[in-house]
Amino acid sequence: MKDNSAALIEEPVIHSTWDVERIRADFPVLHQKVNGKPLVYLDNGASSQVPQVVIDRGSLYIEEEHSNIHRGVHYLSQKATTAYEGAREKVKRFINARDSKECIFVRGATEGINLVMHGYGRKFVNAGDEIIISAMEHHANIVPWQMLCEEKQARLRVIPMNDAGELILDEYDALLNERTRLVAVTHVSNALGTVNPIREITERAHKYGVPVLIDGAQSAPHMMIDVQELDCDFFAFSGHKMYAPTGSGIVYGKAELLERMNPFQGGGDMIKSVTFEKTIYADLPNKFEAGTPAIASQIGLGAAIDYLNTIDREQAAAHEHELLRYATEKLSAIEGVRIIGTAREKASVLSFVIDEIHPHDIGTILDLEGIAVRAGHHCAQPVMQRLGLSATARASFAFYNTKEDVDVLVSGIEKVIEVLG
Amino acid sequence: MSSPANFLYDEQIVEHSKKPRNHRRMENANRFAEGHNPLCGDHQIVYLLVEDDVIKDISFLSVGADSVKNCAISKASASMMTKALKGKNLPEVETLFAEFHQMLTSATLEEVTPILGHLRVFAGVREFPMRVKCATLPWHTLKAALNQESIVSTE
Repeated sequence: MKDNSAALIEEPVIHSTWDVERIRADFPVLHQKVNGKPLVYLDNGASSQVPQVVIDRGSLYIEEEHSNIHRGVHYLSQKATTAYEGAREKVKRFINARDSKECIFVRGATEGINLVMHGYGRKFVNAGDEIIISAMEHHANIVPWQMLCEEKQARLRVIPMNDAGELILDEYDALLNERTRLVAVTHVSNALGTVNPIREITERAHKYGVPVLIDGAQSAPHMMIDVQELDCDFFAFSGHKMYAPTGSGIVYGKAELLERMNPFQGGGDMIKSVTFEKTIYADLPNKFEAGTPAIASQIGLGAAIDYLNTIDREQAAAHEHELLRYATEKLSAIEGVRIIGTAREKASVLSFVIDEIHPHDIGTILDLEGIAVRAGHHCAQPVMQRLGLSATARASFAFYNTKEDVDVLVSGIEKVIEVLG
Repeated sequence: MSSPANFLYDEQIVEHSKKPRNHRRMENANRFAEGHNPLCGDHQIVYLLVEDDVIKDISFLSVGADSVKNCAISKASASMMTKALKGKNLPEVETLFAEFHQMLTSATLEEVTPILGHLRVFAGVREFPMRVKCATLPWHTLKAALNQESIVSTE
């Protein structure tokens, strides 16, 4: 039989343009004034906005389905359980996990990383062992490992980065050895926007039989995630950075690893049986989900994934890249402005500094112009130290941002320079 | 030029932030303290030479990795604080501390006492709750320095 599937795949669907106005209409929070100016929301790296369909799904749960999950035989509990477990199935498809039981609901990426630290790290890391992280980690992917190393007398090793904000992979090779127990690296740097070559990182670690945790907080909202293709062993992300409510998130883990790990928290829902002599833990995923979870938020995460499935994500990513390109060009042209983070592969994060003006003053004056940016160390103080900075201002774009938003940002920066320059 | 930005960043604040007064390490200080605002990374050291309950000399230093180091509000606040406190006795310092704090947290402008003098330019910071700590950082650092039980030698 002749195989013509290749020919079918070769034919991409070309949409005319990204209809940003139609997308913006889905996000009620964007349509307001701040300090008398139309809101220009460029702090998506900290938290993204929530579309109406996600808000409605959360409200529907509260109004019509609210109940505890996995417990009741009554109607509402069954409805709630079905919705909650339905969200897990959506996550499974979203990241292409082999099985939904590999998708553990957590409060966000931070809790996901802490779960792996407790469940995997405290069980398998011993004195003299080593854990590798990178120079561009968020504090969420530094502090848990430091705590573990302190407790276990293990050693934290750091993959360095160059001045552009790219990891130096040759140095990574030199760090890997038979004492390495885990590699924990971010997919996309929240402070610099760098996209790291995860596939290469996992391949090299796996040669030593070392599992790899990926902090996907900044990548899941912007690119297609395939945990099997990345071949990572753990992948954590936050719902609130990908159009879902706060309190939602996932840590994915390969089933065979999750099975071998200790539970995270103890409590209800994570057990098969309890006596005062012995507790038998539940199977995956419940083993890691003690207590009543953020049901409405996690159902909201499922709805956000549904929403993302209704839009053309390739086009969305292309639009975000175009915003990054346009903003980089415009900001670079302003005298006194310097872009921080110039890696070849970048997500839609633009960190910058202005000569002799502190980022917090930039943030305050931009806020008065209705522009929301992040100013500070971005919970990545070692990144700032590496680059000889105390802070930066950061504009981070989502697919609902526009070139006009960038133009307003440029005017705002000119205003900052006028007031304080 | 009466935009909200100009209201917050009053001319005197901008001027002091660019040319901070008494911005130096004090070799003969007998008290000092470091202040840190983890939210924005502002980091300052306040040096004092206190003799007979009088501030004979006062200076501060911005600490930071880059040349900007600290935000305009905290630099200007530290600079103007050192100007206002030099030569004051400790009860006077206590009064100014309390009044400055009151100004940044009180409800109305009318309550701002004239004894604050030039320091009243910081009244606008009240409208920016996230920035109040920038203005009060040098004052809290001053207080920590004054509360030092042992006199610090810089030898």
